[in-house]
Amino acid sequence: MSCMQTISDYGLRSIGIGERLLPTSDFTLCQQFTLIGSGMIWNIYFGVLALLAGFFLATAVALGKASANAWVRKPSQWFVFLFRGSPLFIQFFFAYFLFLTLRSEIAFFEPFTAAWLGATIVLFLNTSAYAGEIFYGALQSVPKGDTEAADAYGFSGFTKFRKITWPTMMRLAWPAYTNEAIFLFHATTLVFFSGFPAWKQQGDALYYASYFADKTFNPFIPYPILAGYFILLTLIVIGLFSLINRRLNRHLPQLSRPKIRYRPKLFR
Amino acid sequence: MFEYCANPDSLEGLTWLSCYLTTGKHLSFYTSFGTVLLLLAITAPVALAFGFGGAAMARSKVGPARLFGKSYISIVRGVPDIAFFMFFVIALDQGFEYLRHQAMCPDWDQPIRQGNDFVVCSAAKLPLSTSPQWIHEVYGFFLAVLTFAIVFGAFAANVIFGAMNSVPKAQIETAWAYGMTTRQTFWRIIVPQMWVYALPGLSNLWMVLIKATPLLFLLGVEDIVYWARELGGTKHARFTDYPHGDWRMWYFLALLVFYLAFTKVSEVVLDKLMKRLSLGQATAGGEALRRAAQ
Repeated sequence: MSCMQTISDYGLRSIGIGERLLPTSDFTLCQQFTLIGSGMIWNIYFGVLALLAGFFLATAVALGKASANAWVRKPSQWFVFLFRGSPLFIQFFFAYFLFLTLRSEIAFFEPFTAAWLGATIVLFLNTSAYAGEIFYGALQSVPKGDTEAADAYGFSGFTKFRKITWPTMMRLAWPAYTNEAIFLFHATTLVFFSGFPAWKQQGDALYYASYFADKTFNPFIPYPILAGYFILLTLIVIGLFSLINRRLNRHLPQLSRPKIRYRPKLFR
Repeated sequence: MFEYCANPDSLEGLTWLSCYLTTGKHLSFYTSFGTVLLLLAITAPVALAFGFGGAAMARSKVGPARLFGKSYISIVRGVPDIAFFMFFVIALDQGFEYLRHQAMCPDWDQPIRQGNDFVVCSAAKLPLSTSPQWIHEVYGFFLAVLTFAIVFGAFAANVIFGAMNSVPKAQIETAWAYGMTTRQTFWRIIVPQMWVYALPGLSNLWMVLIKATPLLFLLGVEDIVYWARELGGTKHARFTDYPHGDWRMWYFLALLVFYLAFTKVSEVVLDKLMKRLSLGQATAGGEALRRAAQ
């Protein structure tokens, strides 16, 4: 079987298109590359969706934490502590079983027990908490002179936030937020290992990598392939975020622009 | 456990719960919290030792040692998280068996990797197939500790490497001026002073380590996640004296609370430790303490 054939059979296997049966013996390198790559679709799906939605909630949480009103501040603080203080692994398990219990009561929760919705919600809340803390830190470091100048120019309320505070907050938070985005993508590998079952063997990259490692009892091929894909993904994320970083800092002289540095942190 | 638990059918309410929560399996569940704490207690110093060794090597003057230290740090830090765990547990296991195989069965003529199988002579199997169950469990736990130590050692090495470089240059130059050798400077000047610079990074790492402990479950150790799934599942009256529905949600809620409490306690303790270490140091934290004392 040629490699092109394998790619057309298994390239979209993780979303249920192509061959139904996974290869069971005589694994070729091409099969491992194709299937693990196919699983990356899920990792990218979870990461992108959670990141996009989480951005807005994170901004809200950061503002909430900085609020003078205790009714807003306390819930924000608890939200951040809840999701940053406990392992994502346990959060996945808890959410899955919570949705299972809810489903047996109310039919509406049917899709929540599937990974595509349930896991996305957990990742969304989780990244909101981490990014919210980053944004909060940046909000606290917005130079006082900036807001005073805004006051002097007659900015107030939402316009002041939109035109002055928020852009500076983004600019300060961006390098740390880039790392948060990378870890979110890494964290997506936990989805099918914790609670949420892979339906009809449609799993993510790690699911297929461990499938091959279990079948061949040889971890030295699938895991390095997986690592390679993730290094590629990391580079793409850094590239995209650097573009935004450049735009956020375009008014600053070349030398004083903050650089994005990859700072691995492992686990959440 | 209690006297009145002898006939579970007649129990109700809180008494039922007190009996339910003290069954043999639940006691195993509570012991598994000990397993997690034991893992942390063993892994933290071992990873710290790995980190110290890695950092010392990375700043060594000997070329190969420096190369080894630096690549250890950057390879482990660069590769995504749990893939590393999944990989290391099998790879270490096979590595040990391979070494024992080479030492114990020199006249074995077949290849070790036969297609999809990894075959070593039976004397080299780890643990031996004849050994009792507890040896298997201890071996699995040992592999988990080693994996944790390797991965977290690299992160600790990075932190300690940075901390060693943060010790003010003037301190090191003074040591030289007093005629200390490189080794004396390292042990008497750099090592005692670096901790205050390393602590923020190390305490961050400790928090991360706490949150990584549920991965024990993936490594095949019977930890709290294993027991929570086991005990929470629906129990039918035919198989147990304490039938109940699907309670896994509540068990995981308990784990969530356990981790949150653990995180909170660690935060408080590490804060105290940082204050203690900052005392008398020429850093912003030390300066703030000095001001407060005046």
